[in-house]
Amino acid sequence: MNIVACVKQVPDTEALIKVKPDGSGIEEGGIKWVMNPYDEFGVEEALKLKEKLGGEVTVVSVGPARTMETIRTALAMGAEKGIHIDDPALYNADAYTTANALAAAIKEIPYDIIFCGQRAIDGDMGQVGSILAELLDIPQCTIVTKLDVGDGKATAVKPIEGAQLVLETSLPCVITAQKGLNEPRYASLPGIMKAKKKPVDVKNAAALGISVEPKAKIEKMTPPPARPPGKIIEGEDPAAKAAEVIRLLREEAKVI
Amino acid sequence: MSKGVWIVAEQRDGALRKVSFELASAARKLADELGDEVGAVLLGAGVEGLAPELGKYGVDKVYVADDAVFAQYTTDAYAAAVAKVVKENDPAILLLAASVLGKDLSSRLVGKLATGMASDCVELKIEGGKLIAKRPMYAGKTFGEVSVSGSPQMAQLRPNVFPANENAKAGEVVKFDAGVSAADIKAKVAEVQQDTSGKVDLTEAEIIVSGGRGMKGPENYNIIEELADVLGATVGASRAAVDAGWRPQSDQVGQTGKVVSPNLYIACGISGAIQHLAGMSSSKYIVAVNKDPDAPIFAKADYGIVDDLFKIVPELTTAAKKIM
Ligand SMILES: Cc1cc2nc3c(=O)[nH]c(=O)nc-3n(C[C@H](O)[C@H](O)[C@H](O)COP(=O)(O)OP(=O)(O)OC[C@H]3O[C@@H](n4cnc5c(N)ncnc54)[C@H](O)[C@@H]3O)c2cc1C
Ligand SMILES: Nc1ncnc2c1ncn2[C@@H]1O[C@H](COP(=O)(O)O)[C@@H](O)[C@H]1O
Repeated sequence: MNIVACVKQVPDTEALIKVKPDGSGIEEGGIKWVMNPYDEFGVEEALKLKEKLGGEVTVVSVGPARTMETIRTALAMGAEKGIHIDDPALYNADAYTTANALAAAIKEIPYDIIFCGQRAIDGDMGQVGSILAELLDIPQCTIVTKLDVGDGKATAVKPIEGAQLVLETSLPCVITAQKGLNEPRYASLPGIMKAKKKPVDVKNAAALGISVEPKAKIEKMTPPPARPPGKIIEGEDPAAKAAEVIRLLREEAKVI
Repeated sequence: MSKGVWIVAEQRDGALRKVSFELASAARKLADELGDEVGAVLLGAGVEGLAPELGKYGVDKVYVADDAVFAQYTTDAYAAAVAKVVKENDPAILLLAASVLGKDLSSRLVGKLATGMASDCVELKIEGGKLIAKRPMYAGKTFGEVSVSGSPQMAQLRPNVFPANENAKAGEVVKFDAGVSAADIKAKVAEVQQDTSGKVDLTEAEIIVSGGRGMKGPENYNIIEELADVLGATVGASRAAVDAGWRPQSDQVGQTGKVVSPNLYIACGISGAIQHLAGMSSSKYIVAVNKDPDAPIFAKADYGIVDDLFKIVPELTTAAKKIM
């Protein structure tokens, strides 16, 4: 099996996000960068699949030089090779342009199944996996919590509001990983040593022959709307405090 | 020139979902500003009769493909059909729901239409004739205002955020031939496993009562469930409670769980870690019950009670019973 896992480097979930004074983006200084948590599920599933059916896992990432660390992390977890698409025109690119870059790189290699995260926790877009599937003209199963692959097809469980769908698709396909799919492994020390010698191809947009003209643009970033300070209900008697909250919810907030 | 504000209405089992009315109302508002029409794409089997309901919320024309192939949502059939009718009619703006299926469909459409989309938006406006969509990024730590240069300008709207306003328009049915057959569906639905709890899904719930690590164990969630029952609420959980195996994954609220925006969110024994806040801080009202006065959840809460949840939650149930 030729398995591809797309990984994005994102700020650690604890990171303090500060908007640049001109609102053009975030301050990157002091941020700890990690693999997108949903991509960890994707890489793990890719590795499990390889261990079951044999084959190779290639990780692909678009991002600046620091992204190499995240590629190495995936290699240390057990992936065989990496492709690093590094081009300033693609840093913070919109979903279509990113997917287009990934598609161009993936078209050059054999693939039977492609994993993405269901969403990258920086831009929180949740688009790239589906756009990639469309650009490669292959089916998609998104936000997947369980996967079975065999006999040239994949069976995926996708929770929706009030139900679960069991999807069946031919290969190749794109799977976007949701929490619950698996428990990602940690890289072992020998894994980390080996990863240093694994091959990573570095490419830019020109080498991929893609357009970098954005389809969507962040005009401005703003801090989240401030919430008015809340009220702490004081007192000793639990029943009185509870009754007061219920009263406020009915009379002031009017939500019950 | 592209013209018209369109939505893709979401229906399931022959009934429009509430978010479809939110989409219609939001589209109507934009269209009125632009002096334009609202169009809705409606796909399904036996759904033509739903068009007047969309008309009630401001839709001028409902583009219907009524066919057995659309009885069940599939990415392949739905995306092909919407892409076709959109290409034929060239709307300027296309809005979809940021629901599970809406996310799947809209993202695939971004690929098919080679355009851009603002995901999971909470505010829309028109500036210089163009759509500007406001959306949380970095788990709500910042907000971004997005413009789309591709066509149509696409945006997903977060359910429960935009009001559904009645504003009667014609809701005229325009049938179109989607040109899709069963053979086009590569990813098929083999089975639908209905959730039999009868509870509203977290992402659609108007009231949520959530329990975290402070619940101490799965056996104690009965007090959360009793309060939820009285309020007509859905039960949620923090990741700590889910990872401990006390609650199913589908209950998790937060950055790696569900993003919810109910009218009321009651957090019990939840500290308010940044990753939890990421999933619920756009709730209209937040109540926190926590025995630690310094718990970060209180910074987000409209009403807070600093006390033992095992004393407070049953009293909330009692007090709510009296008025509900
Ligand atoms: C990559 C990543 C993703 C994450 N995603 C999520 C996510 O999606 N959702 C999520 O929730 N978390 C997520 N987390 C975890 C998050 O960091 C916190 O660990 C988690 O939210 C804590 O859950 P909690 O508030 O229930 O537990 P705790 O932080 O342990 O808080 C328990 C609270 O209960 C209170 N308490 C205890 N006993 C009582 C009592 N008797 N009465 C009243 N109060 C009491 C305590 O004072 C405390 O504040 C993520 C973490 C990471 C690293
Ligand atoms: N720059 C990138 N490099 C590699 N993969 C990416 C990149 N951006 C997004 N992806 C993949 O697409 C998924 C969804 O991303 P997004 O649409 O940005 O939320 C991520 O979880 C990754 O698997």
